[in-house]
Amino acid sequence: MPRITTVSPSRLSDAEAALRGLFLQGLAGDAAAYHAFLRQLSSHLRAFLGKRLFGWPDEVEDLVQECLLAMHNQRHTYQPDQPLTAWVHAIARYKMIDLLRAKASRETLHDPLDDDLAVFADSAIEASDARRDLSGLLDTLPDRQRLPIVHVKLEGLSVAETAQRTGMSESAVKVGIHRGLKALALRMRDNK
Amino acid sequence: MLAAEVAPVPRRAATHRLMLALMVGVLLSATVMAIAFRVRRDLLEAMLLPMFWVKLVFPLAVAAAGFVAVQRLARPGVRVAGAFPAILAPVLAVWVLATIAWLAAPVDARAAMLWGQTWKACVISIFVLALPVFVGAMCALKSLAPTRPRLAGAAAGALAGGAGAAVYALHCPELTAPFLAVWYVIGMALPVVIGASIGPRLLRW
Repeated sequence: MPRITTVSPSRLSDAEAALRGLFLQGLAGDAAAYHAFLRQLSSHLRAFLGKRLFGWPDEVEDLVQECLLAMHNQRHTYQPDQPLTAWVHAIARYKMIDLLRAKASRETLHDPLDDDLAVFADSAIEASDARRDLSGLLDTLPDRQRLPIVHVKLEGLSVAETAQRTGMSESAVKVGIHRGLKALALRMRDNK
Repeated sequence: MLAAEVAPVPRRAATHRLMLALMVGVLLSATVMAIAFRVRRDLLEAMLLPMFWVKLVFPLAVAAAGFVAVQRLARPGVRVAGAFPAILAPVLAVWVLATIAWLAAPVDARAAMLWGQTWKACVISIFVLALPVFVGAMCALKSLAPTRPRLAGAAAGALAGGAGAAVYALHCPELTAPFLAVWYVIGMALPVVIGASIGPRLLRW
């Protein structure tokens, strides 16, 4: 069965209707409704921007505030017959592009010397060495410890998924990870 | 806290701002035209000629389409849809008209139709008369929220160029379609190009 990753249309239009109602009340001067609108809007924005600026959590929070301020200052540009989603999306997108552009021009000013050094510092060989060492060490573990570690810690599956895949119980997976990691730590100390 | 300042927002506030800018701009450029260029003396007689109306309606149509485009671009998330084709449509119509007039005219009369007597003054005058509207429209846009600043600048240029050319038409003595098709179009295109080039820098918010 394909996994549904997008928000279903009905939930989206529910959010649109609720937010739009609060926003229109706020525009008419209802402070409580406007407050609720801003709070709900900020969580939507955080999710929207967080997904797109993955890896820059600080920027996301700044940008959420920036967008809220912009939407507040420009609330007179919203037309009641227009979908609120389109309005919000256009502003958030504009502010995000603005940030990315500013970031890009700032980054070109950076002295590239550090980057050069960093390139030599962690070479690909070292990374592959580490991976080989790790898989070598892992191979010394019994399957009931090795598989849970490979699936959960390296491949990023959940405990439940690992249990399903390996046919072990969930608690056995957890115990396996725990004991396996302990054994690995012991072996690495011995190797040194 | 943002929620603390919730004065009710008047509906159509954005439209009113643009209308105000347009009215002040047109008034200013009409005043400049009346004082510096003077209305053509035979205006009343000219009003009987169909070409005079073509010369007036053509830039007005461009200005109207430009106004609609500015209106839409000033608001986040509103689609521009047909506004840009509507800016081009009058220009295309005049080009068709000019081609017909050009082909119908005897060969030795063609040069006079194209150059008229005032082609040098025409472009720069239209541009000067467009400036007040252009500045007004850009100021209004700056207080609104254009998310596509380059397009918004171009639309403000079309609005201003159209309005400037319509005001200039009250002074201009030329009455041939080829003259309109070249010099009026260039005069109106200038503010469009300027608007598109300064829009991204000027209209940031």
